[in-house]
Amino acid sequence: MRVQINGEESDVDAGATIADLVARLGLGGRRVAVELNRDVVSADAWSTTSLRSGDVLEIVHFVGGG
Amino acid sequence: MVADTFELAGVQYRSRLIVGTGKYADFEQTRLAVEASGAEIVTVAVRRVNITDAGKPNLLDHLDLKKLTILPNTAGCYTAEDAVRTCRLAREAGVGKLVKLEVIGDEKTLFPDVPATLEAARQLVADGFDVLPYVTDDPVACRKLEDMGCKAVMPLAAPIGSGLGIRNPYNIRIIVEQSSVPVIVDAGVGTASDAALALELGCDAVLMNTAIAGAKDPLLMAMAMKLGVEAGRAAYRAGRIAKRLHASASSPITDLIG
Repeated sequence: MRVQINGEESDVDAGATIADLVARLGLGGRRVAVELNRDVVSADAWSTTSLRSGDVLEIVHFVGGG
Repeated sequence: MVADTFELAGVQYRSRLIVGTGKYADFEQTRLAVEASGAEIVTVAVRRVNITDAGKPNLLDHLDLKKLTILPNTAGCYTAEDAVRTCRLAREAGVGKLVKLEVIGDEKTLFPDVPATLEAARQLVADGFDVLPYVTDDPVACRKLEDMGCKAVMPLAAPIGSGLGIRNPYNIRIIVEQSSVPVIVDAGVGTASDAALALELGCDAVLMNTAIAGAKDPLLMAMAMKLGVEAGRAAYRAGRIAKRLHASASSPITDLIG
């Protein structure tokens, strides 16, 4: 099914959770935060939050800034 | 002698220099500049992960998180809503509830949108954040931000990255005089004397990024800024002499040879 991740259309398996997606992207254990349809999802809820077709995700981390 | 620390959101800091981590050549230079500056608080930005290349090293892998307080910013946000979303993401990424709030109102000057900053601050304070707002050098806006529960006020010296120094020292003095929370000059500092002036005016700390990262020798400038901040603070505590129009001789005016 199609979801949007950081502004890009992407395919994920039906029934995949946020934890599955984070692992697939190689971000497991990294200091990242996830927003699903404009609401932050805390890391302890990633494995119980299933994605649905059309979901819009933001996955962010820290970069240099002032 | 009692240690000259300043308290920010319940934590005591020895260094009065807060530095950004943007615009450096690489992470190693960032790390060395932070170290040379002596800063205990460093700002970072929140941005999308590049999902096609997500395993790359991250800035935070290069900073000593045991010693440093990480201060996420909302740079690049033009609405209160985006700033609040960014802060919530930053908190979830696990560096605490301290945030540098900036809501920009103009692309060319990067001056803050003050009404939007006030609105975002209100929401963030209600949501339990320790909010440090970047704001115009406007005593009224600073007072409103303090009254709504911000943990400091951070008036700009001059436009971000401009290096123009403190354009309105009188407003900064008024803000210092009226504030019960720390006053941190944020943005526009160009060189060590600008940093010293901020502290001489009675500010609690100064925050900068471009002045160090953009210098020809960032590590040397980081050290210069550290010394400037220390000199300015010492001069403030020492109490400078009053300015006067005419001379006042330093040597005795009696017993001169005939």
